[in-house]
Amino acid sequence: MSIDKRSWLVAPAVALLAVVFVYPVFWLLLRSFSDPYWGIQNFRTLVDRPLYLRALANTVIVSGSVTLVCLLLGYPLAYTIANAGSRLRRLLVFAVLIPFWTSLLVRTFAWMVLLQQKGLINQALLRLGLIDQPLTLIYNRVGVIIGMVHILLPFMVLPLYSVLTRIDPSYTSAAASLGAPPLSSFLRIYLPLSLPGVLTGTVLVFAIGLGYYITPALLGGPGDTMIAQLIEMQVSELGRWGLAGALAVILLLGTSVAFALVQRVIAATR
Amino acid sequence: MTGPILELRNVSKSYGPVTAVSELSLELAKGEFLSLLGPSGSGKTTTLMMISGLLQPTTGDILLEGRPITPLPPYKRNIGVVFQNYALFPHLTLAKNIAFPLTMRKAGRSEIASRVRKVLELVGLANHGGRYPRQLSGGQQQRVALARAMVFEPPILLMDEPLGALDKKLREQMQLEIKRLHRELDMSIIYVTHDQEEALVMSDRIAVFNLGRLQQVGTPTQLYERPATRFVAEFIGESNMFPAVAGTTANGFSILDTAGVRLRAVAAWPLQAGARVVVSIRPERIALQPGDAPSGIENAIAGRITEVVYLGRSRKYVIRTDAGQEIVSFQQARSGSEPDFELGAAVSMSWRAEDANVLPAD
Amino acid sequence: MMTAPIRAGTWWAIARTVVCGLIVVYLIAPMVIVLIISFSAAPFLTFPPPGFSLQWYRKLFGDAAWLDALITSVQIMLPTGTIAIVLGTAAAFGIARGRFPGASIVSSFLMAPVVVPVIITAAAMFGIFRGFGLYGTLAGLILAHTVLTIPYVVTTVLASLHMVDEQLENAALTLGATPWAAFWRIVFPLILPAILSGFLFAVIISFDELIVSIFISSPTLRPVTVKMWSDIRGDVDPTISAIGTVLFLFSLIVLFAESLLRGRWREGASDLASIEASTP
Repeated sequence: MSIDKRSWLVAPAVALLAVVFVYPVFWLLLRSFSDPYWGIQNFRTLVDRPLYLRALANTVIVSGSVTLVCLLLGYPLAYTIANAGSRLRRLLVFAVLIPFWTSLLVRTFAWMVLLQQKGLINQALLRLGLIDQPLTLIYNRVGVIIGMVHILLPFMVLPLYSVLTRIDPSYTSAAASLGAPPLSSFLRIYLPLSLPGVLTGTVLVFAIGLGYYITPALLGGPGDTMIAQLIEMQVSELGRWGLAGALAVILLLGTSVAFALVQRVIAATR
Repeated sequence: MTGPILELRNVSKSYGPVTAVSELSLELAKGEFLSLLGPSGSGKTTTLMMISGLLQPTTGDILLEGRPITPLPPYKRNIGVVFQNYALFPHLTLAKNIAFPLTMRKAGRSEIASRVRKVLELVGLANHGGRYPRQLSGGQQQRVALARAMVFEPPILLMDEPLGALDKKLREQMQLEIKRLHRELDMSIIYVTHDQEEALVMSDRIAVFNLGRLQQVGTPTQLYERPATRFVAEFIGESNMFPAVAGTTANGFSILDTAGVRLRAVAAWPLQAGARVVVSIRPERIALQPGDAPSGIENAIAGRITEVVYLGRSRKYVIRTDAGQEIVSFQQARSGSEPDFELGAAVSMSWRAEDANVLPAD
Repeated sequence: MMTAPIRAGTWWAIARTVVCGLIVVYLIAPMVIVLIISFSAAPFLTFPPPGFSLQWYRKLFGDAAWLDALITSVQIMLPTGTIAIVLGTAAAFGIARGRFPGASIVSSFLMAPVVVPVIITAAAMFGIFRGFGLYGTLAGLILAHTVLTIPYVVTTVLASLHMVDEQLENAALTLGATPWAAFWRIVFPLILPAILSGFLFAVIISFDELIVSIFISSPTLRPVTVKMWSDIRGDVDPTISAIGTVLFLFSLIVLFAESLLRGRWREGASDLASIEASTP
């Protein structure tokens, strides 16, 4: 069978992507084996130097903590949105989407203002007498997590919400009529039904979090370096393309595995 | 003009190993209403799409007014098509929808306006030109689709299950409407449907399709009275089938043997003695008599009533023959009170030889 | 547990309301703070501001460096949006109507720039663009942003193309329209709102894009986000909140426009749905 001529319309976009995106990315990934000479020395360096290992561990820990916080905040929020009346629902969706579409930089800047030593939060807490000394909320892991959760929360709430709205309330009513108290009907019926959404949101947030650069760079301290910052450092300060390539390979692997998992979950729940 | 307005010569369409239409030859006379009838997947819509140019035949030729149009794209064929879901352009008003083919043909502004007005009047939507398709009922959308397909006066009009989306009452009303337009405008129409009643009501001739093959073409009467294949006999109306073995031929009737009973029936082709065939008889052509069949009489079989169903206009009897075959017979319900024959009663069935058709056993 | 469904007593309901209220404050507050600070009368960053003035906006729009950066951003985002919708619409149409083997692979390929962490894309483009003289040029930034925004255009246009019944194009062909005319007169008007949606997405993403821009822009040619970035890392002053407010309002306006458009093309789709619905 002949192929429809209209298929060729994808060619310009594919060609542009191949030249401007795929070629550079492959070039970078290839550096990991070829720069400064062929071999796996770059990966060996990453394993041998505690600096790099710590950054890799940091990346996983920060991204994991962010994911956990997102889940703890996102689940009740998504539940409320899914079960709210249409006006409240619109308001909450709006609240989730507004930060989603505002510049990441502007939001991170806002957190810098809020979390400073003399920032709004410390001032408020001091005035309320809850603390005597200003808390250190910025240039450490706490700041990074607060900032990243703010940015990544929509990625948790939206998939959760889409699953929760599809849970038929009659299931929990049925459970109640069969004698299940609310908590156990939640744990035995509602939670398992919402698991695909939980899994999708969790993996999505974790995967995106792995590659974060701006927020950790602005809100984190010297000890909170993440993998993306290492890549930036290797490239623009040190010019060590081989190491940058190796870090990119690891980051891309982590993200790809996570996204593949999400696709599995989505495919399985359909 | 002599000769058919549209002719299909040995047209086949296959998708890889799957054959959708095989070796189809068909003609449409000028002013004729031809239905393509068959179950879904029988190849009737594929045939229509090949005539319209939206599908290319794998082999064969299509001729319009004597000229081959097979290599032409749809927009150069000048054939009107009414689609199943109407395919009205949702962003254009009715007038713009109908004007579309004229605009494509670069007709003048005033000509477009007058022809759109005329055709809107013709389908009874004279004051609706400024509306959008979504503001219309299903039946009205149907009329617009029809108007749009005929406003450029194509030599033939193709209709793909145009009434399939309407409810029964509206459908019957639209059937008459389309018939009226066909008569008044002397259009040549090919009409695809899976509804045998619709085909019988509307068509001059019907082409019956099954599994990508043309089974038979003929007038409704021909198809009903003289089906050519088992499929046609069973798809159009109901039929009783007797497997039989051919014997001799006399006075234009073939003598056959089924389970020890002699039958006379009409064969459309010379039968070889001993050939295995099938004899079909319409249920309403079977007469019932109480008691056993007189032996030695042709076209009479004995049996017992196993089921009686009251259908209002008629009663349906199911009769089991001694040989174990179930036969259906319709009898006019006369008094409406009691059936003429009780359950379990012994009856003899008989029919006229010219009502029985010999069909290939295949 | 505050999420315990049905018959959850008022306690749960109250707890849930409080938690959700706090989350909403957490989500919205930073933007509100930025907005307020941008109108501060104080000569330095402090909250709450002692009074209100427009001094930071005056400073922002009086500063040639900020104006240059704003102009650069616009010079990048408009061509980016335009190229992205042309290539993205063509690709979406090819995928939706071409039905070639591997169409799904091509469409996931076009999504790749969203999936690959931006830091990798940025470093990679930095490495390659220098060799081609694209580093620190408008052309380079436009190319990079186009690649990053095409996925959004393709997704949006593809979604609306799937709502346009292919039979409409077939009908146009049988009525005498060439494939070209069928596209421009029938398909294009029906997917136009989605294309404009895609344009707005592309523009907003380009305007807000930071990481790739950091890597491939130069000190003499940098979009507004990159200027903000270097300023934030140095001395934090309320001018940043003024430009932040400008960015925020721009996003808000564009999103509002987009939601109107989305309503349009959903409605267009419901036209088709209503035709189908009229069929029992």
